[in-house]
Amino acid sequence: MMSGEQQLQNLYRNTVLDHSRNPHNFRRLEPADRTVQGHNPLCGDKITVYLRLNVNDITDIAFEGTGCAIAMTSASIMTEIISGKSLQAANEEVDRIMSQFHGPAAHQQDAAELASNMGEMAALSGVRAYPSRIKCATLAWKTLKAALRGDSSPVTTELNGEQHDRV
Amino acid sequence: MMMTTSKAEQPDTLGFAIEQIRKDFPILQQTIHGHPLAYLDSAASSQRPRVVIDAIRNYYEHDHANVHRGVHTLSHRATEAYEGAREKIRSFINAASTREIIFTRGTTDAINLVATSFGTRLSDGDEIIISHLEHHSNIVPWQMLCARTGAVLKVIPIDAQGEILFDEFTALLGPRTRLVAIAHVSNALGTVTPVDKFIAAARERDVPVLLDGAQAVPHQSVDVAALGCDFYAFSGHKMFGPTGIGVLYGREEWLEKLPPYQGGGDMILSVSFSGTTYNELPYKFEAGTPNIAGAIGLGVAVDYLLDVGMHEICRYEAKLLDYATNAISAVDGIRLFGTAAKKASVISFNLDNIHPHDLGTVLDHQGVAIRTGHHCAMPVMEYFGIAGTARASLAVYNNEQDIDQLVSGLNLAIKMFR
Repeated sequence: MMSGEQQLQNLYRNTVLDHSRNPHNFRRLEPADRTVQGHNPLCGDKITVYLRLNVNDITDIAFEGTGCAIAMTSASIMTEIISGKSLQAANEEVDRIMSQFHGPAAHQQDAAELASNMGEMAALSGVRAYPSRIKCATLAWKTLKAALRGDSSPVTTELNGEQHDRV
Repeated sequence: MMMTTSKAEQPDTLGFAIEQIRKDFPILQQTIHGHPLAYLDSAASSQRPRVVIDAIRNYYEHDHANVHRGVHTLSHRATEAYEGAREKIRSFINAASTREIIFTRGTTDAINLVATSFGTRLSDGDEIIISHLEHHSNIVPWQMLCARTGAVLKVIPIDAQGEILFDEFTALLGPRTRLVAIAHVSNALGTVTPVDKFIAAARERDVPVLLDGAQAVPHQSVDVAALGCDFYAFSGHKMFGPTGIGVLYGREEWLEKLPPYQGGGDMILSVSFSGTTYNELPYKFEAGTPNIAGAIGLGVAVDYLLDVGMHEICRYEAKLLDYATNAISAVDGIRLFGTAAKKASVISFNLDNIHPHDLGTVLDHQGVAIRTGHHCAMPVMEYFGIAGTARASLAVYNNEQDIDQLVSGLNLAIKMFR
């Protein structure tokens, strides 16, 4: 068991703080082939995810908006992971990451397993000890999921079966 | 031995017997993440003193049955206790009669009751006035009413201090104004609205006024007769009572005129398929088995508040709010929201470059409970151009140490994030 202080350090690692201070790909893409807004009505955070496509490949991804350190870091790392992937590969990546935050076995992995399952997103694995903050970590990914589907209407953290982590 | 002096008369901090008060609240006697709990989220929901918890348990262990129905002993006891609570609340807010005290699920339910029942009197083009300061519970029921009836919602603007602009209000009052609904105290900013002059201006035009008193009742004495308002809504859980119970005070002449809110048992005198006769006040507005234990608990919460003394509570909290405002203002990079001339209980703020949610998590690890986000007052946040704030809110059981713990938590967050 981690102590409270360790848990907090584990949540706000240096990687997280660095991304939140200087998020990567934090810009508007104009024109963009896909633009979707994501909203967390519990805290008022809003982000916009932009995609530029070449047939089935993502040639550029960027985001804008306001959010906590967790939300900004998650979006920042997401753009790094997704850039250059095909739509299908990106979609699989979204599902894998989402399942790491919501999946039943999420808490029983060692560091190596985490790294192989989450890649760079392992930096945010500490969020899983904070049920009320999981939405902060998944907002960008949920928004990306909608963009990959070709939706253009805004996404919220409060719908689509996420009630279990309502704060 | 019964104490003959009020609890507040054995001073120790800021001229107030705070240690004695704190002992009355069992939940405060714990540590969170290894730190003493500093509960600064009473505007969201307050904690309960032992006497309230005991009263509810005692009721269920000894006296529970349905009210207004049985001829047996327990039903009689339950009815006496339930109606006794109504009388305590009547006296507490100085209503003329218990006929004017309706038990609801809370403030939200009370406002919805008025929006539904009063709403039957409205037609296309009538106007309801609210303010930009309101909690969603004093916005959305009126929006729904307007959608049903074609009435128009008019919103009084606020200024940068977080005060409702009185001149703008009088300019909005017009021949089609049917009701004014404003907060007595703002939950997001702590502004105490000078409601007297708003009520006076509305009454000059015979326009009824509803006050959302959820954040006022725990902090200052409220006298509905002196206020002269027509409706006053408040919640039990923000004033040391149970959740799921609240009160709507309604001036009797209005309640007589309005149709029932919901239909069911207890709100009728007789029912047949050719027609139903509604019960008298206040039962006309209390369909179904009420929250009996909740009402009884609320009555005991009122006893507790009176035992401490509303005047003493008000005086102590004002000093503590001053202390907190000064201490928080001194933190590097702080921005306060809501700097009204008269405030109660609430300090809303942001720290440069630190999101309120991150702040909330770090403070939790220091044992400090605050609210972060939009506080169910999105229009207020929009006015200040922010997504949310961190909000520390006080109750009579808070002390200077709670504030000191908050400030050291803020400084820790600054060290982590900047």
